[in-house]
This record gives sequence, C-alpha cells and structure tokens, in this order.
Amino acid sequence: MKISFQLNGKRTSVDVAPDTPLLWVVRDTLGMTGTKFGCGKALCGACTVHLNGMAVRSCQTQVGSVAGQKVTTIEGLGGNHKVQRAWMALDVPQCGYCQSGQQMQAAALLANNRNPNDQDIDAWMSGNICRCGTYPRIRAAIKAAAKMS
Amino acid sequence: MGKIENVLKNENRRDFLKVSGAGVGGLALGFSLQLGPKIAQAATTHSPNAWIKIGTDNSVTIMCARSEMGQDVYTSMPMLVAEELNVDLNKVNVEFAPPAEVYINALLGGQLTGGSTSVRDAWEKLRKAGASARMMLVAAAADDWGVDASKCSANNGMVKGPGGKKAKYGALAEKASTMEVPKEVPLKPKSEWKFIGNVKQARLDTKAKVQATAGYGIDTRVPGMLYAAVWMPPQTMGAKVTSYDDSRAKNVPGVKAVVQYSRGVAVVADSYWTAKKAKDMLNVKYDAGPNGKKDMGMIWEELELGAVEPGVTFREAGNADEGMAKASKTVEAEYRLPFKSHSPLEPQNTMADVRSDKAIIITPTQFQQIVPHVVSGAIGLKPEQIEVHTTFLGGGFGRRVETDYCIDAAEISKAVGAPVQMIWSREDDMMHDSYSPGGIYKLNAGLDSGGQMAAMTYKATSPSISAVLFPSLVKDGIDPFAVEGIDNFPYATPDMKFTYQMTDVGVRPGYWRAVSHNNNVPALECFVDECAHAAGKDPIEYRMAQFDMDESGAKKHKWSGLSSGIAEGPRFKAVLEAVRKKSNWGKKMPAGKGQGVAIMEGYNTVLAAVAEVSVDSSNVISLEKITSVVDAGQLVHPDQALAQMQSCFVYGMCAGMFSEITIRDGATEQDNFDTYRLARMNEVPKVMDIHFMPSDGSFVGGLGEPGTAVIVPAIANAVFAATGKRVREFPLTPERISAA
Repeated sequence: MKISFQLNGKRTSVDVAPDTPLLWVVRDTLGMTGTKFGCGKALCGACTVHLNGMAVRSCQTQVGSVAGQKVTTIEGLGGNHKVQRAWMALDVPQCGYCQSGQQMQAAALLANNRNPNDQDIDAWMSGNICRCGTYPRIRAAIKAAAKMS
Repeated sequence: MGKIENVLKNENRRDFLKVSGAGVGGLALGFSLQLGPKIAQAATTHSPNAWIKIGTDNSVTIMCARSEMGQDVYTSMPMLVAEELNVDLNKVNVEFAPPAEVYINALLGGQLTGGSTSVRDAWEKLRKAGASARMMLVAAAADDWGVDASKCSANNGMVKGPGGKKAKYGALAEKASTMEVPKEVPLKPKSEWKFIGNVKQARLDTKAKVQATAGYGIDTRVPGMLYAAVWMPPQTMGAKVTSYDDSRAKNVPGVKAVVQYSRGVAVVADSYWTAKKAKDMLNVKYDAGPNGKKDMGMIWEELELGAVEPGVTFREAGNADEGMAKASKTVEAEYRLPFKSHSPLEPQNTMADVRSDKAIIITPTQFQQIVPHVVSGAIGLKPEQIEVHTTFLGGGFGRRVETDYCIDAAEISKAVGAPVQMIWSREDDMMHDSYSPGGIYKLNAGLDSGGQMAAMTYKATSPSISAVLFPSLVKDGIDPFAVEGIDNFPYATPDMKFTYQMTDVGVRPGYWRAVSHNNNVPALECFVDECAHAAGKDPIEYRMAQFDMDESGAKKHKWSGLSSGIAEGPRFKAVLEAVRKKSNWGKKMPAGKGQGVAIMEGYNTVLAAVAEVSVDSSNVISLEKITSVVDAGQLVHPDQALAQMQSCFVYGMCAGMFSEITIRDGATEQDNFDTYRLARMNEVPKVMDIHFMPSDGSFVGGLGEPGTAVIVPAIANAVFAATGKRVREFPLTPERISAA
C-alpha cells in the first residue's frame, strides 16, 4: 500500500504494509540507517524520531499512522543542531549506538523547555538507555545546548 | 602465566595465531596490507609499515587494529602513532585493520580486543611504528638531498633539511617505504609529547557518531543483500530443532526462503521486518536437550555441591588451618554473585556473502582474526578464502569476542546463495547471550588480638568461562579468568589458602567486562569491610594498616597474568589515602545514608571508590555520589580515561543494584529491558568525582574494565553503613536488603 508522509522536510512515499514499523521503513526501505534498532518494544529509545515535533519510538510507530504527517530522523536534525554541537563539544558518545535516539529525545526536550533542570532531564531522558553509561555527559551536554542559540 | 598466547598456540583451531614473531615492538615492516574496509582515497598510498599509509596527496591513514566499541581505541591508538610520526592527529584518516599477524595483541596472543590491553599492548609498539616511519621519511629526504639524516628534521608532515630544503611526507613516502628499517628507534621524552596526555584532545569518531554516519554492523548494506530473522531454541546449551512447519511463513510476501541452519531456523526476506513477521509464524519443534529442566534452584544446588569440594589451591601462604586455630576472633561469610547479560545496545548481527570460492563477512567483532577460521568449517571454504571487515561496534563488553553469530550468518548465506544480513532481536540477544557466570564465594578470616586479618581462607565456586571457550587456558583445574582480583590479594595476611572449584551448571558462560573481578572483588572487599567491623576499626584505617608492602612480587598474579608486573603496595596506600581525602571520608551523614569504600588492582590499574548512598524505607537504594581515585599510570587520552571510568561505574552499578539473569526450564527468563533492568538517567549519581594519580610516564594501566568491579562492593559497604544490613547476595534489590 502506498503511504506518503513528510520525511526531513521532503515528501516521501513508500509502498509497504501499513503495519510496518516506521523504524524499518526508514532503515530498510529508505536506506537511512542513522535511526537504530535496540529493543523493538519502546524500552530503550534507540529508535527515537520526531513525529510532528514530538519524540516517538519508531519501532512502535506503524508507518500507516504517520501518513500525511511530519517525521524527522537524526539525518534531518541537520548535523549542526545545538544538541549535536553540544554532543561534539563534550565528546558524549562512546560506542555511539544509542546517541541518535538520545539526541532526538534531547532535541525534543529543548524544544519544549528552554532551560531544563536536573529533574526535567531525569524525567525526559530516562526512557533512553545508554549501555556505555554516557549519562553524565548527556546531562552536561543538554545543559550546554540549552545555553546555545 | 595467564597469557593467552602461551596456551592458545597449542590449540589446534588456533594454530594460525603463530604468535612467536609478534612481540611488543615488532613492526613487521614490509608487510603487504590485505583488503580492509576502504575509505575513499584519491591518491596512491605508500606504507612504510603496516600501521601507516601515506598518500601522494599527503593524506595520512593510520590503521586501527582494535575494535572500537566505545572505549576510544579509534583515537587513543592513532594518537600513539601520530605522536612519533609528527603529523596532525586531527587530520589523519583512521581505518580498521583487516585480520593479519602483524596486528596481533601480544598481551593476548590474538588480534583480539579485550582484557583492557589495547593501549597497554600498543604503548611502545605504535610509538615505535610512528617513529620508525618518520626516520625512514627523513632518510629518504636526506638521500634525495645528499645530506646526512642528522641534519634533517620532520614536523607536521614535512621534512626539512639544510639550506631551506623541504619536502612533504606525500612526496617522500614511496621512497621511504623502500628505505632500511631503523634498528634503533628512540622515542620522544614525555616533555615533548603533543598528543599523549593532552586533556583537550577530542575523539576522532565523535562527529560521525553524533551525525549518525558511523557504520555499525547493523548498518551494513551491500547490493542484493537480503535480511534474516532467526528462530533459536530457548536453551543456550544442547538444544536442537527437530522439525518445523513454515507453510504460513513462506507465504508472506517478500519472504525469499526459510532454511534450517545448525542452531535454528532462518527466515530470509527482502526486509528485516518481513523476515521477523514471518519468523513469528513458524511452528518449530525442538529437543530442549540435557538442560531443558534446569532452574535456579538446581543451579544454586550444583554450586553449593561444588562449594563443599576441597577445590584447587591457587594461592597459599603459611598455614591457614593453624592460623585460623590461633585466631582471637573469626569472621565467616558467604557471598553469591548472579548471572549477568552483556546486552550491548546493538543486537548481534553479521552480513555474510558466501559464494562458491570466497566469502565476505562484515561484522561487529572483537576477534576478527578468528572469524575466518571458525566460519571456514561451517561453510567449507579455506580460511584464506574468507575476507573479514570490522565495523564500529554498538557496544561489546566481551560478548563480541565470541563468533557464534558470524557462523550463523555465514551458514544462512550459504544456504540461500545470496548476501544476507542476519539480525538478532533483543530477545534473541538476551536469551542467547553468554552470561557472566554466577558463583558462591566462601570466606573465613582469623583476626589476631589487634583485629588484623592474620589468617584467611577463600573458596570460589563458579562455572569456568575458559573451559567452554578456550579450554587450553585451564591449567590444573584453574581458569585464570575465574581468580582475577583475588590471586593478587593485596593484604599482608601471613596464613592463607585460596581455592577454586570449577562447577559447570549448564548455562553458557562468557567473558563480561572485568570478568571474574566482578565476583571476587565484591566478595573480598565486602568481607574485608566485615572484618573491619568485627575488629571495631574504620574501614579505610583497617585496610591502610594491612596492605602487603613486600614487593618481591612473585606470589602475585600467578594466574591472572593480564595484570602482572607493577609493584602494588605503595600504590594501594597512595590511592586509598587520596580517596579518603577527596571523598571527605567519615563525614557526618544523616540516618539512612552512608559511605562505603572498596579498592582493587586489575589490568595494572589500582583504583578505589567511595560510594555514597541513601536507602529509603522501602529499601530502595539511591546512589548519590561516587568519589574515585585511579592510578592507571600514564593517561594517553585523559578525557577518555575519564569517560571509561564513568562508563565502568554505570556498568558496575547495574550489576550491583539491578541486573540479574535467571533460568527456568533451561532458558533465560529475561528477554528485554523490562525484565533485565539497566541503570537509567535518573538513577545514575549526579556527582562522579574521579581523580587520576600523576604519572612519570613509565607505564600505562588498563581502564576499560576495572571500575566495573570496584564500585559494586563500595555500594554494598555503603548500604551497610546506611542501614546496618550486610547483604551478601547481589544485585542489592529491595527484597534482598529487606531480608538481610
């Protein structure tokens, strides 16, 4: 079935079963591998993307449900988003595998809350697992990004 | 002892290792590079040695022969080469090296990433590789100019000579690679280092990871590639598929084939989701094998039986029986450590393209050198027909030392005759992990009239990882990877006897970040805390008075050789004294809060941690602060040394507080992050105050692992300080604290 949506600002159409998770459409059908598969059950946040600006888990978002809507993946964050600049300045990633999801989650936080405190960060970021334990740097990078324009 | 190379070379399937010629400092110059992951190169390149490629366009590529799984080898190892090659580290390309003898890790005896050895093995070797290449570039220029090499210097990618002569490396590389390899290769003194120890140096892979262009195994794409999802019997050891019905799965549009392979049944399709959906429609019958009824009750019973066996002695001094008999006071305790999953965030996967005369394997592996050899038998090709490419690894932690998933993918590709990327689900990954083995640790101490530990017995009972993975490592009933952190017992106890009883329980064991330090260090350091309490002494004072200052050294690390070589007593004292000050040890704490300390040596690094916890009325622990002092010798990349300590503490707090694998009907009960709990942002301490001891630059210690083990007893000892409850079974769940 043909499904159309806006992906990173571009109109995109795919012909897949509408119950296919957005994660696999982005990775396999569209060949954009920045969004990662971690758990398949919305438990780790590695697959986080934005749907109309909200952070969602793409492994649990059926592509049929995003028809006509705006999807942003890590590729659409632009490479120089303040979250990405802060992540680079603080050398946040270790293995790096979770960091697409962490940055998408953090970007959504900063879009909603320009100056998050520790409690805000805890509440917003605790759905995203980092097995390397980069949490202290993620916290510091979110605060650094909040100060950037 | 304990060096893998000494024993692995005798093992048939590892004859290829041929470690004899791969000592530290060996450059194997003239080695011709095999196929590797190619990065775009406009220019012809020349290689003065196997670590360096210099392009006629002056580009410099440094080979990274260890797997980058977060621990920073992608930067810290090229840093060593660049320091002596005199090029700008921030402009070099880094390429993952193919399997080759020249890249063998001399501390491990294989081209293998593990044991916190990468930088230790590379420390002299890669600096010498850089220096040697620089000398050859200078020699080439001097020869061109007809001047003596001593009149020339090399800096920032350029050789300069008398009379304003200069030439860039790119113009000299071809000739340099034919120059005689220098026999004497002096290294820069510490005072001249530009990159080593530079606190401002950034990681070279950060940009690619932030912008999501770093290629992990799962991101591999080759033309014509299909995707495989697999069904495996739930038991990790000894189960087999007996029959399967694929009539529904085969009819899913996009499914190309359903094939049986050694371990299970694979559905191959044009997308992973299609393969996964169809896999869920398979109806598979299987024989659960000899462990099909296994549960935790049986497993602990088997370990209890092992724990009453006499065991094999791995360290002994004086006479433990007599020492115990004359003690003023005795202390006795039994600790139990759980089974744990590695759970790297990138599930296991491999792209295999098996053809009739060759195969290509693209995989996130920690042990690229063994891949052709293990895959070879499974697909009927010779090892030299199998090309292996290493990707970035989405975490490793020891799981990717194993190559089971590479073999599976190769079998599936061969069966369907197409390039196939096999991807495990999280459930596959967690249920088919090799687990950090649980165990029982029994300790007895005899305290003298002053409360000192005058006698001690230690009995470790656990499954042996090496007995399953590398059997020839096991000598006289002792697995060196079962006695780490205890065979180097740091206290001056005159009468002691330490024994180990290997006990198989039918659960697949695996090397897990810091391996047996994770069991022995919590058991010992909690027990020393118990002894201090029994003696009425402050835990830091108590330890400080008893470190073994005898530096004859021979008795230490008889088995766990990966940590041997450096005098320890004075380092323990200095580190403990520093952490006492930095942590404000002994400060007044409100009810329900406490500080706990632990100290250890592992991988040539001595480190101590003080944990501060609060325990609420429901016995839930909050880990509020960690103060740590680390003596890891010279830090090559200080900011990433810090990152590794932060990482170890989070990995360790998961083990100490949350994570446990349990078995029912022979299968792992936890299958995703809802049941296998890991630390999250809100649970990690807001303050991690980590300090490194100054170094004279004479040695480097390992940093990828030891912090994982030391934080666990620090937390448990803090829980005791906060609650008066001594919990001897891990992880420290509210239920266990309540029951203590």
